[in-house]
Amino acid sequence: MSGFLAGLLVAVLPLLAAGFWLGRRTTRPRSLGGLGTPVEHATFETLHTASLAAPPLRAGLTEETARKSARRLRTLLGTDALCLTDQDTVLAWEGVGEHHKTQIMDRLSGPLENGRGEAFRLDCVEPDCPVRWAVVAPLTVDDRVHGALVACAPRESAVLVRATGEVARWVSVQLELADLDQSRTRLIEAEIKALRAQISPHFIFNSLAVIASFVRTDPERARELLLEFADFTRYSFRRHGDFTTLADELHAIDHYLTLVRARFGDRLSVTLQIAPEVLPVTLPFLCLQPLVENAVKHGLEGGTGQVDKSHISITAQDAGAEALVVIEDDGPGMDPAWLRRILAGEVSPSGGIGLSNVDDRLRQVYGDDYGLVIETALGAGMKITARLPKYQPGVHSAGRLSRE
Amino acid sequence: MNENYAVPAVALVVVATVFVGAFGLRISRTTSDFYVASRTVGPRLNAAAISGEYLSAASFLGIAGLVLVQGPDMLWYPVGYTAGYLVLLLFVAAPLRRSGAYTLPDFAEARLASQSVRRLAGAFVVGVGWLYLLPQLQGAGLTLNVLTGAPKSLGGIIVAVVVVATVAAGGMRSITFVQAFQYWLKLTALLVPALFLVLAWQGDGSPRNAFDEPAAFREHRVVRVDSGLDLKLAAPLNVTATGTVDGERYEDEKVRLTEGVHRIAQGTRLGFTKGDHVPVADRGSNGGMSTSLAEGREDRPLYATYGLILATFLGTMGLPHVVVRFYTSPNGVAARRTTVVVLGLIGAFYLLPPVYGALGRLYAPELTLTGDADAAVLLLPDRVIGGLGGDLLGALVAGGAFAAFLSTASGLTMAVAGVLTQDVLPARGVRHFRLGTVLSMIVPLMASVVVGGLPVADAVGLAFAVSASSFCPLLVLGIWWRRLTPPGAAAGMLVGGGSALLAVAATMAGFPGTGPLHALLAWPALWSVPLGFLTMVLVSLATPGLVPAGTAAILARFHLPEQVSGGQVRTAVSAKEVDA
Repeated sequence: MSGFLAGLLVAVLPLLAAGFWLGRRTTRPRSLGGLGTPVEHATFETLHTASLAAPPLRAGLTEETARKSARRLRTLLGTDALCLTDQDTVLAWEGVGEHHKTQIMDRLSGPLENGRGEAFRLDCVEPDCPVRWAVVAPLTVDDRVHGALVACAPRESAVLVRATGEVARWVSVQLELADLDQSRTRLIEAEIKALRAQISPHFIFNSLAVIASFVRTDPERARELLLEFADFTRYSFRRHGDFTTLADELHAIDHYLTLVRARFGDRLSVTLQIAPEVLPVTLPFLCLQPLVENAVKHGLEGGTGQVDKSHISITAQDAGAEALVVIEDDGPGMDPAWLRRILAGEVSPSGGIGLSNVDDRLRQVYGDDYGLVIETALGAGMKITARLPKYQPGVHSAGRLSRE
Repeated sequence: MNENYAVPAVALVVVATVFVGAFGLRISRTTSDFYVASRTVGPRLNAAAISGEYLSAASFLGIAGLVLVQGPDMLWYPVGYTAGYLVLLLFVAAPLRRSGAYTLPDFAEARLASQSVRRLAGAFVVGVGWLYLLPQLQGAGLTLNVLTGAPKSLGGIIVAVVVVATVAAGGMRSITFVQAFQYWLKLTALLVPALFLVLAWQGDGSPRNAFDEPAAFREHRVVRVDSGLDLKLAAPLNVTATGTVDGERYEDEKVRLTEGVHRIAQGTRLGFTKGDHVPVADRGSNGGMSTSLAEGREDRPLYATYGLILATFLGTMGLPHVVVRFYTSPNGVAARRTTVVVLGLIGAFYLLPPVYGALGRLYAPELTLTGDADAAVLLLPDRVIGGLGGDLLGALVAGGAFAAFLSTASGLTMAVAGVLTQDVLPARGVRHFRLGTVLSMIVPLMASVVVGGLPVADAVGLAFAVSASSFCPLLVLGIWWRRLTPPGAAAGMLVGGGSALLAVAATMAGFPGTGPLHALLAWPALWSVPLGFLTMVLVSLATPGLVPAGTAAILARFHLPEQVSGGQVRTAVSAKEVDA
C-alpha cells in the first residue's frame, strides 16, 4: 500500500509539472480571443505576432536571429515565402521556392546600393511554383543599408508592397535598438577601462610618498612595500579579461591594504572572514577593491575632521548559488539621501565615483537584482553588501566568450 | 543498545555540526595571515568534503545490511559507489570545473545556451534530489527507532528540522569544513568499533563460515518479529514460540515447524537454539533499507548486477550535491586531483561496511528475519563486545550514522534549494533561498512520513538510475561531442531520465510483482541509459542547424587548461570557426 502511494507520488509530480507548463503555454494566446470585435481581435493577433518576432532581432541581424524571426514575419505578412538578407547573402528563407535564392540575390544589388524598395517579376521553370513576384524592402540603420527583406507572392499586389515596406521599417527599428544595446555595452566597457585608469593617481602618489619615508629608516620594509606596490599595479593594469576570481581580487585588496597600513599604521585595523568555497567565484575585475578603498577613505579621511581609529571588516559568505560579500567600516557614515544622489549620478564627489561605477557594472553583468546594497546613516558607519552569483552565462574568469 | 550513551552521542554530533558550520570560517585579524585566509580549498580538504557529503545512510548502514541479508553479491554496491568517481575523473571532472558552472542546470546553459534545457535539467535535479533525500530521512528514523524506540518518523523529522534550520538560517557559512569533519567522523565511527569487533572475532576463534548458506545461530537467541512474515523452511525446525504461529496461539511452548511456509504473526517471539539455521523470510516490501528488490534480483541476478553497475558507475556524476562541490576547486587540474583523493577516501571507507555485514551474519543472523538488517552496524558492538565498551562503541556508531544523515541531507537540500530558488520560484529582489530550503525538505519529509515502509536502498539505487539516464548523457555528450543540440539534449534527458523515472514509479507502486518485466523496471539503468544516449545523439543529428553558435570556443574552454585558454587561444578558435 505505502509502496503504491510512493509510486503514485513519483509518477504524479512530473505529470503535474508537465501539465502546468503546457497549460501556461497554451492559454496565453487564447486569452485574447474573447476580447473585442473581430477587427480588434485581428489587431491583437498582429501585435502579438509582431511582439514575438521582435526579441530575436534585438540581438542584431545574424543567420540565427533571422531564422527565428523570419517565421513570425511571414505570418505577419501572410505571404508564400519571405527571406531576410544581409549585404551579400540570404540569411534565412522561410516558406516555399528556395531555388530563387540566387536569382533574388542577383537583383538585390540595386536596392542595397540606393536603399530604395523595388518589386520585380521572377522567372521560374517550374510550372507550379507559387513564387512569381518579389517585393524588396531594404533594412536601414542610421541611413546605412544593412540588408533587405524580400516577400514573394504569386502575383503583383500593391497591398503587399505597402505592407512589406511597413514591416521592413519595423524591423529596421528593432535593428536600431540592437545597435543601441551594443553601443551601451561598449560604453560600459569603456567605463570599466576608465575605472582602471582612475585608481592610480591619488593612490600612487600616497604610496610612493610612504615608501619614500621608509627608504632611509627601514630599507627592508621599503623594499617589501615596493614589491607589494608592483604586485598591485600589475593586477590593476592588466589588460586581458573583464573578469577575475574572488581569490585574486582579495589578493589585490591585500596588497592595497598593506600599502595603506604603511601609511596609517595602527589607526587602521582590518578583519577578514572568508568562506573558502566562494573563493573561485568569478566577478567583474576590480569591483571589490574600490569598495575597500571607499571604506578606508571614508573611515579615516572623510567626514568632518580626522578620525582616530577605524575598523574595516570584509566578509565573504557562501549563500547557495550566490556569494555574499560584505564590506563594513565604522567611520562617520553618510546621509542616505546624499548617497542616493551619488548613485543616481546627480552629483560626483571624490570617492563616490567608485561606488556608482561598481554598482553600474554589477547591474550590467548580473542584472538589476544584483546592485550594491548600502546601509548607512550619519555617525553609524557604512555597510556595503554585494551579491555575486556563482554562475552567470558569459561570465568566466578566462574572459568573456562572445557567442557571435 | 543503551540509549544513555547513544542519545548524547547523537546530540553531540548535531551540536558539533552546527558549531563547525557556524564558526568554521577562516578569520584573519592581521594582514600577515590574510594570505592564509584567502587561500583556496586544496584537493585534500575538498575531497574530504565531497566524501563526507557523498557517504550517506545507504553507505553507512545499508551496505552492511545488504551484505548481511544477501551475502557477498552485494559488494557490487560499494564497488559501484566508488567506481562512479573513476568515470567522473576520466570524463567529467576537469571540463565541468572549467565550464564555470555551479550546478547541472548551469552546465546545461553554459554548453547549450538554452533556457528550456536549463529548466529541464533543473527539474531533474529536483527529482533526483528528492529521491535521494527520502532514504536519508527514513534511515534517520530507523536509527532513532533502534536506539530509543521512538516512532519511525521522528528521526527523519529531527534531521529535517536540523538541516532546514542550519541551512535556512545561513548557519552553514562554511560547508566545506563541516563536510570534511563529517567524513572523518564517519570513518572513525566505523573504523574504531570495527577494530574492536575484529579483535573480539579473533578472540572468538575467528569463525570463517560467515557466508555459508544458510546462516546459522551461534547461541540460543530469542527473536521478536515486529511485523508479520512468512517463514520458508527447507527442513523441519524446532522453535520455542510465544505468540501466534500459523494462526495458533502459543505461550512459551516448543513447536515443531515442518518443511514449507509458516505464517508468523506480528509481535511473536521465536526462540532458536544454537546451531539452528536461520529460516528465510518471505516478505513483501515492508522492511528497512536492505530488503531490496529481492525478487527481481533472484530471478535475474546477472541482469540485476549489470543494471546496478551501470547505474552507480554513471549515476554518480549526476548527483546534484556532488557536482556543486567541484566548484570549490580553483581550477580543472585541482578538480581532477580532488577526484583522485576522493577515490582513495571513499575506497578506504567502503572497506568497513562489508566487515560489519559479515560479522553481522555471524553474530546477529536473526536480523534477516526481523527486517531490521540495516540496524546491524548499530547493534553489533553491543552484541559482540557488550558491557560499557559495547555501549560506548555503539554510541560512536550512532553518532557516525547521524553524521551521515546530516551531511548528505544538508548537501542535497542546499543543491535542491539552489535550483528551486534560481529556476522555479519567482525572483523578488533578494531571492528567497529560505523558502526554497523549506520546500526542498518538506516534500521528501511528507513522502517519508506518508509512505513509511519503503524499500529504501532501492530509492537510492533508483535515484542513481534516473541520474545516470538523464545527466550522464548530457554531461558526457556535452563535454565530448560538438554536434549536440539543445533539442537533442532535451529529448535525451526526457526520454532517458523520464523512462527511468516511470520505471521507478512503477516499481515503487509494485506494478508487476514478478517476472522479466519486473526485473526490467526494477533495474532500469541497463536500458534507459543507452536509450538516453541514443535519443540525444539521433535528435541532435536530426537538427544539425541548431548547434549553438560558439560551440567550438566553449569546448576549447572545457578542455584546455585555464592558463592557456585565457588569451591567445581564443583568437585561434574564432579563426577556426570562420573556416568551418
